[in-house]
Amino acid sequence: MKLSTEILILGGGATGLGAAWDAALRGFKTVLLEKGDLAHGTSGRYHGLLHSGGRYVLRDPQSARECAAENALLRRLMPSCIEDTGGLFVTAPADPADYADQFFAACKTCAVPVIETSPAEALQREPLLNPKITRAFRVEDASCDSFDALHLLARAVRAANGEVMLRHRVTQIIRSGNRIVGVTGENLVTGESFTIYADIVLNCAGAWAGRIAAMAGCEVKVTPGKGLMIAMNSRLVNTVINRCKPPSDGDIIVPVGTVSVIGTTDTAVPNPDKYAIEDWEVELLMAEGEQIIPSFRQHRALRAWAGVRPLYEDTKKEEQKDSRLMSRAHALLDHESRDGVAGMLSMVGGKFTTFRRMAQLLVDTACAKLGAERKCLTKDTLIDSPDAKLHTVSKRLASLESNKWHVASSTAQPPSHQIICECELVTRAQIESHLRESGSPILNDLRRDLRLGMGPCQAGFCAYRAVGIIHETLQLAPPISNSQLLQFLQERWKGERPVMWGHSLRSLEFDLHIYRNLLGVDTLPVEREIEVYPTEQTS
Amino acid sequence: MPAHSLPSLSTQITSDLCIKCNICASACPVAAAADRFPGPKAVGPQAQRFRHPRLPSPDKSLDYCSGCGVCSLVCPHGVQIAEMNAIARAEIFKRDGLPLRNWALGRSELLGKVGSLFWPLSNVPFKIKPLRVVIEKVMGIDARARFPDFSRGTFRAWFKRSAAAKRTMGARKVAYFHGCASNYYEPRIAQAAIEVFERNQIKVALPEQNCCGLPMQSNGDFESARVYARNNIRKLARWVREGYDIVGASTSCTLAIKHEYHAVLGIDDPALELVATNTYDIFEYLAMLDDEGLLNTRFVKRAETVVYHAPCQQRTHGFGRPAADFMRRFGFAVIESKADCCGVAGTYGLKKEKYDIAVAVGQPLFQQIADENPNRVVCDSETCRWWIEAHTGKKAVHPIEVMAEAYRGRRQ
Ligand SMILES: Cc1cc2nc3c(=O)[nH]c(=O)nc-3n(C[C@H](O)[C@H](O)[C@H](O)COP(=O)(O)OP(=O)(O)OC[C@H]3O[C@@H](n4cnc5c(N)ncnc54)[C@H](O)[C@@H]3O)c2cc1C
Ligand code: SF4
Ligand code: SF4
Repeated sequence: MKLSTEILILGGGATGLGAAWDAALRGFKTVLLEKGDLAHGTSGRYHGLLHSGGRYVLRDPQSARECAAENALLRRLMPSCIEDTGGLFVTAPADPADYADQFFAACKTCAVPVIETSPAEALQREPLLNPKITRAFRVEDASCDSFDALHLLARAVRAANGEVMLRHRVTQIIRSGNRIVGVTGENLVTGESFTIYADIVLNCAGAWAGRIAAMAGCEVKVTPGKGLMIAMNSRLVNTVINRCKPPSDGDIIVPVGTVSVIGTTDTAVPNPDKYAIEDWEVELLMAEGEQIIPSFRQHRALRAWAGVRPLYEDTKKEEQKDSRLMSRAHALLDHESRDGVAGMLSMVGGKFTTFRRMAQLLVDTACAKLGAERKCLTKDTLIDSPDAKLHTVSKRLASLESNKWHVASSTAQPPSHQIICECELVTRAQIESHLRESGSPILNDLRRDLRLGMGPCQAGFCAYRAVGIIHETLQLAPPISNSQLLQFLQERWKGERPVMWGHSLRSLEFDLHIYRNLLGVDTLPVEREIEVYPTEQTS
Repeated sequence: MPAHSLPSLSTQITSDLCIKCNICASACPVAAAADRFPGPKAVGPQAQRFRHPRLPSPDKSLDYCSGCGVCSLVCPHGVQIAEMNAIARAEIFKRDGLPLRNWALGRSELLGKVGSLFWPLSNVPFKIKPLRVVIEKVMGIDARARFPDFSRGTFRAWFKRSAAAKRTMGARKVAYFHGCASNYYEPRIAQAAIEVFERNQIKVALPEQNCCGLPMQSNGDFESARVYARNNIRKLARWVREGYDIVGASTSCTLAIKHEYHAVLGIDDPALELVATNTYDIFEYLAMLDDEGLLNTRFVKRAETVVYHAPCQQRTHGFGRPAADFMRRFGFAVIESKADCCGVAGTYGLKKEKYDIAVAVGQPLFQQIADENPNRVVCDSETCRWWIEAHTGKKAVHPIEVMAEAYRGRRQ
């Protein structure tokens, strides 16, 4: 397959999709390539916090300002994936006492909305909080479901005539002299190779950006930094809780969807696709969790996972021309001025919260390179439908309830209302419609898109049901369906392993009995070929 | 006496313990009888994860839970499902407003006071069919549901008059919690209890007390229930400090004090701890005396066949079924009910949209009673007895009445 475009974006995370949306809105012919599914990279594994900016007020005031502005803007542009949890900064006994005043003053300077509240009020709002907190501040943190957000963005890109091509891995960059003119790669579903020519290539490959740059013969030193998170089974808090101290490990708990997530850590790893989750990291997060919620260890930990940050090391600092464009948190690399290779820009680092701004910066620069000044429209264009509302945790329960009452008291429930994933309330109808749209047999895609298998039983009950529906709907050969099931279970169990104690262990034992002893999954005929699909990052 | 203790985990957090095994779902009597009830796992630990303490829970189907507690009893992992449901339901009513019916059905003490004031006239309205039809239309209380008769005088008035109640002067002291039913409808049960204490040289006092609050609680009116609960805690704590044990024959009242004040109403104070850990269902108490060799066992043996139904609240206490064992010692042939719940679950079965479900839940029990055809049915809970009487035509008595007879050597 060969095609050509004006702007070609590599990487389907928040940065890449934001850039594609921006470019397409400006009327550029736009194509985005992603090797996995949407949210396959760090964007699908992040902490879920739409920053108020509070965390950065002292260390990185510019980031703080940007977060505050983008947070307010995104609530309006894509409300359906954002929950207005609000946030609290609390001073725990272990935290430096003088930080709170500095923090408060810096919030004011950075235009980060903040209100000091009393520890008693904070405790009333969040009863599980450490009663020994001495200060508490309310900020405008929110939680954001990145799977939903990226889906909305992909839809918006397509609506603006841009193209989002999933499971297309870039393997080579085509250069003509000192100019990049396109890329080649492989369609991972069909095995076909593709070539795409472009006027300019935007490298938004996150922790993989160094590899893309290397394909173009440019050296960009990106060290993947692993950040660990642990999802607790329920919403221990309904407000984002930040420790009021200089940012460090395990200092934030985010209620996102039905769970609450504590994070993160930051450890350099050699390979963004392969890293281990160490016991000490898990222990560290649990211990920090206790600082915020004394009963933390009594609650059920669901799974642990990590995302990788691109830690960019500026090896050619002196050559960077326009450093004004960059905040310390993200780096826009112009390879023409930096490496003498035209036709490609790289965006490294940054935050989910500021993806729109980063995209604007990137596409503004691309415009300049292309000599086509076009105004950015993303600030005033809704990503969501106009009637969309901010997300609430009970949304799924409510929609299920409205279905149920239509069924009245007939015994025969229409099968479409059957609940397949009981923990996350995913119905058969949702799965079937997803399959019709995506045609993907991969259970993990259902997980990312519908949250299937993400609840307390970690797919113990839904995986075998869902694979049956996939098998039936897509008319697959049995070994293929079997392989999908096994691959999915392995991935779920992998995430459970680091937190396998107490309640989770009991649940896992039960699931193992279902799959191994009752269903005999170990003896199923499987199809190895299926491995051509990229698997999750292994941990 | 060995004290029981209050649980340390908050009720909602026990949803963490669920492994989705479905044991509760297969045991729930309402889920088996009502298609529109998604069952304990679904409305309990599953829905709990989608509830926000500052937002209304959207799942109204939850209201079909009868609160019988079978689910909490069978859950092998300690999930307090029924308790969780009660809390979530109260939240819904807090937002939507309490239906008049639920307000009224929760007010058993008020009803009792008015009823005994206007006795015997007060017994008439509940029997006037057209009026009941109007009540059904306006309030949603099913016209078919039978209400008990108010008694001529209250138990408290009898106790004050009765010399018997005062002459016992043993070392062991009981402050008796009679509940609304014994006071206003069936003083004979509390009288039987006093008689049994007397036969055991137990000194009995009659503390000031209110309705336990359970009818309000299960009708979703937590605020009023808490007022009653706090009153009771205050009034009873005095007696406990003076060395009295709190004992009651209404198994749901004692359960409320022992368990629900804390687990459902969320009351957390040292006075409750004191009262709750010193409160006993009467058969729990008698069985303990028996274990310690302190029970008067001079029973006059007599042969009778009874069906014994241990009501759901009695089971939730978790002390076995000593009443059945005692009756066997009296010479009885005791056929134990196979049903977990008679269906009525307090005031659940009186509600229009739930009446048929409650009857369906009780059907296996009614059938067993019809098949065994005993003279009497024995059951510890008042609402269950009334419901069983209405649906089987059999007389239903409290086991403490049977015990008093066994001391006396004759049926009343
Ligand atoms: C642990 C952790 C927690 C975080 N928490 C927060 C938070 O709470 N709030 C916040 O605002 N930010 C947070 N961040 C930062 C935020 O997650 C990232 O800044 C953001 O998600 C980065 O998005 P991205 O699109 O740049 O990268 P990614 O989402 O990683 O996207 C890059 C994409 O490129 C694709 N790709 C790579 N190589 C190729 C190739 N050869 N061909 C095709 N495609 C390719 C990858 O598959 C991937 O999907 C967190 C980061 C980490 C690591
Ligand atoms: S019995 Fe307990 S553990 Fe099993 S599904 Fe029900 S609540 Fe969950
Ligand atoms: S309390 Fe009774 S009716 Fe309610 S869910 Fe539990 S078993 Fe079912």
